[in-house]
Amino acid sequence: MAQFVKKDDDRDEEEYSPFLGIEKGSVLQEARVFNDPQLDSRRCSQVITKLLYLLNQGETFTKVEATEVFFAVTKLFQSKDIGLRRMVYLIIKELSPSSDEVIIVTSSLMKDMNSKTDVYRANAIRVLCRITDGTLLTQIERYLKQAIVDKNPVVASAALVSGIHLLQTNPEIVKRWSNEVQEAVQSRAALVQFHALALLHQIRQNDRLAVSKLVTSLTRGTVRSPLAQCLLIRYTSQVIRESSMNNQSGDRPFYDYLEGCLRHKAEMVIFEAARAITELNGVTSRELTPAITVLQLFLSSSKPVLRFAAVRTLNKVAMTHPMAVTNCNIDMESLISDQNRSIATLAITTLLKTGNESGVDRLMKQITNFMSDIADEFKIVVVDAIRSLCLKFPLKYRSLMNFLSNILREEGGFEYKKAIVDSIVILIRDIPDAKESGLLHLCEFIEDCEFTYLSTQILHFLGVEGPKTSDPSKYIRYIYNRVILENATVRASAVSTLAKFGAMVDSLKPRIFILLRRCLYDNDDEVRDRATLYLNTLGGDGSVVETDKDVKDFLFGSLDIPLVNLETSLKNYEPTEEQFDISSVPKEVKSQPLAEKKSAGKKPTALGAPPAAPTSTVDAYEKLLSSIPEFSTFGQLFKSSAPVELTEAETEYAVNVVKHIFDKHVVFQYNCTNTIPEQLLENVIVVVDASEAEEFAEVATKPLKALPYDTPGQTFVAFEKQEGVLAVGRFSNELKFIVKEVDPSTGEAEEDGVEDEYQLEDSEIVAADYMLKVGVSNFRNAWESLGPDFERIDEYGLGPRESLSEAVNAVINLLGMQPCEGTEVVAANSRSHSCLLSGVYIGNVKVLVRLSFGVDSSKEVAMKLAVRSEDESVSDAIHEIVAN
Amino acid sequence: MESCPSVKNILLLDSEGNRVAVKYYSDDWPTNSSKEAFEKSVFTKTQKTNARTEAEIAMFENNIVIYKFAQDLHFFVTGGDDENELIISTVLQGFFDAVNLLLRGNVDKKEALENLDLILLCLDEIVDGGIILETDSNVIAGKVASHSVDSGAPLSEQTISQALATAREHLTRSLLNV
Repeated sequence: MAQFVKKDDDRDEEEYSPFLGIEKGSVLQEARVFNDPQLDSRRCSQVITKLLYLLNQGETFTKVEATEVFFAVTKLFQSKDIGLRRMVYLIIKELSPSSDEVIIVTSSLMKDMNSKTDVYRANAIRVLCRITDGTLLTQIERYLKQAIVDKNPVVASAALVSGIHLLQTNPEIVKRWSNEVQEAVQSRAALVQFHALALLHQIRQNDRLAVSKLVTSLTRGTVRSPLAQCLLIRYTSQVIRESSMNNQSGDRPFYDYLEGCLRHKAEMVIFEAARAITELNGVTSRELTPAITVLQLFLSSSKPVLRFAAVRTLNKVAMTHPMAVTNCNIDMESLISDQNRSIATLAITTLLKTGNESGVDRLMKQITNFMSDIADEFKIVVVDAIRSLCLKFPLKYRSLMNFLSNILREEGGFEYKKAIVDSIVILIRDIPDAKESGLLHLCEFIEDCEFTYLSTQILHFLGVEGPKTSDPSKYIRYIYNRVILENATVRASAVSTLAKFGAMVDSLKPRIFILLRRCLYDNDDEVRDRATLYLNTLGGDGSVVETDKDVKDFLFGSLDIPLVNLETSLKNYEPTEEQFDISSVPKEVKSQPLAEKKSAGKKPTALGAPPAAPTSTVDAYEKLLSSIPEFSTFGQLFKSSAPVELTEAETEYAVNVVKHIFDKHVVFQYNCTNTIPEQLLENVIVVVDASEAEEFAEVATKPLKALPYDTPGQTFVAFEKQEGVLAVGRFSNELKFIVKEVDPSTGEAEEDGVEDEYQLEDSEIVAADYMLKVGVSNFRNAWESLGPDFERIDEYGLGPRESLSEAVNAVINLLGMQPCEGTEVVAANSRSHSCLLSGVYIGNVKVLVRLSFGVDSSKEVAMKLAVRSEDESVSDAIHEIVAN
Repeated sequence: MESCPSVKNILLLDSEGNRVAVKYYSDDWPTNSSKEAFEKSVFTKTQKTNARTEAEIAMFENNIVIYKFAQDLHFFVTGGDDENELIISTVLQGFFDAVNLLLRGNVDKKEALENLDLILLCLDEIVDGGIILETDSNVIAGKVASHSVDSGAPLSEQTISQALATAREHLTRSLLNV
């Protein structure tokens, strides 16, 4: 290939490359050799390689160039040179010709598909399937079916893999190949079986019964390649997952198969099986043990990939079953010094999750050495783990807080610093003892902080928390230093923080005013404006007056108007005689996409709105509800249910309901989506008939003004009920709205609409809605500490049941409580079972339940129910739920 | 996780992070610049590690990257973050060993560029549109090498077993060179 080299005088021996100085234009010129009557296949191959090199380097061909090359390449099918043909296949795939061009090569490729040469057959199938469209596919379908069962494994695999790709675009055609694919699953060639299994599962994936049958037959049969075995493990866990959802039975039919795979000779399979076991729903420690054991062996492997895979999986297990992983702690500790920093980080965070309180100090020492030589992204992971550790062992806050403040002083990027600051803020909020030292650490940090964003956030936080401490005055120095030393943004927020101290702490007022007055000469407008505003409203004209509540609310209260709405109103405001009236801004929360809310609920954001606790879905709901004036008097939100669908999938309007439970009220939040592009719905309400729910009285409805296409919106209905009464009932729902036609081209809605209604499914309030699933880490301790004062014990006959586990699940679902220590799983064939449940009942009353079940030969189930709670009436209520 | 194991990309870079040959199978990196950015970040973060005897592993933007170096060539295979690491690692090993066979033990950038056609065919035989086709390096090299015999010969008659023989011959030759 030496002739590739362009003549280049100052060619450096070391930088020698056959493609040195290559240019698209000249290569395209060279491609003319494809048209020579006497083909030089060697030279043609070289030119194709050059073309592929250019494409690979990110060069693009214009439409004209690509077409030209493509047509020239098609000439090369004349050559009998097998190597050249392979390169032709490659370049055709890379050029991805348009459908009218495809026709040119179709016949050549179809000829190759039926060639005697296996290499031709296999490759022609792959190329043709890559570039083909539906119509052509029907023509070649016959050959593809034959190829699937071809005795040459390469050909069969090529057809099967192409089938997997085609299933995305032409499912109805590929689905007709089931019989051939089924036959290929039995192939003796390892990879053919793998590809056939993948395709067969994808064809049948929506047919649960078929998948279950497939798994049943294959787990008993022979699977030849490790890859196919891995696939089978994935399908098996899918079947396990779905079967446990359907029949609620506790025994796992395929667990033995998974456990058997732990003894497979391929590491890939062992690992896949171990991982599948750890991810089983409600896995018990007995089931976990064999999987943890093999993973532990991997931890000391010489291969980094194995160590990584094992430690990553154990790390995940540690989140839910920390006790199961503690056996690996010694191996894990030796991984802290692993060359591969990802492995070391995972090992540390796992140890942080599984460690006990006494080991914290030792662990922190190890981590301190480790922190200095890892990248920021790993440090963030460690910081997050330390935060959760601290919340778990609040008594250890001192050493953990010290650690955080130490690393805060060291070098680091913004994301890393932010993670540390967020953690400190969360610790201050959740651990009262940590507040003062935490605030001082933050104060010291802003003395030398290069990130404006962090400085302002911390100043704001100081303003909220600082005045409530025992000695607020010690923070003033830090804050005022900002006014002297920092940029305008930080100065402005320092001024606000100072004012907050002034407003909240009367004794500091005179000194604060002096400081604020100095800010009046600042050279930044915003800083001056803020100082002036605060001085005037707080009465800084010399007289020390008690700052009244209105002023405080005005300055520091939360804005009860959605900022988005305020922004639109301000944009629409035209400067006239009339003043801008803030009360004219709509307070209604505009329909916000649900996805946004979800993402907000994912991660606790620490430095947010003033009284912000870590946000969660519940917080998002709470915020949403409290922003609606009608519901703002309902008090603290107790529980929000998961959304329950009230419509079938793929109907005109998709509606689901979220039940919000308050002490004396229940609010139904209907999330509606309009799936018809040609319609706009207005004044959407849900008419609820509560005649089958006598204890509820409707008190308010909140219609949704407009529901455009594909933008979810919410409408609400609120009911009142008596406090402390376990009111249950059934509600029938009907969606009512005015429908307006929308012109799809302009998006404009017509003036007139028609009233219409749409029947929804019923919703229900059940006893479980008044119970929060809250687990306890140690049931026995919790049980002892609640004491027998309000213990209620009774026995019940549950009548004949399908199985013991079905009965256990029925009671758990009825009570809506959290099963503890994996006791929801009933061993197969056992005659008796005990189950431990915990939860929080409405009114924030902690409840623990011990259930003992027995079953006799006629499947008659008896149950003993023991309840302990913090309140006598609640213990009784639990019994009432069961008795009814 | 019911899906078929899949590979997101296979990269072969030189000791400065430049492309020798790359192949992307997923839409995660739609433009050439996003591909280059990914290659750059993967390269810079891994270049200091010692991935010469055993394959190493790292996480990038919710992907697992498994890599191995030989001379001035850096081999990478990327998979999604919930993929079985050992499957991805098998693909890398297959690619690495097949290239070693095809280049007859002279695994360096110069040799790779001079035989770029073999490298590209090799990639084509390992993964098709993200789905693993073959991981056994002898079979991969055998399929690729089946044509690298003199073009004058009646190649259409050549069978897989002959191709395998060629590969084996390469293997023994490479052993002799060491």
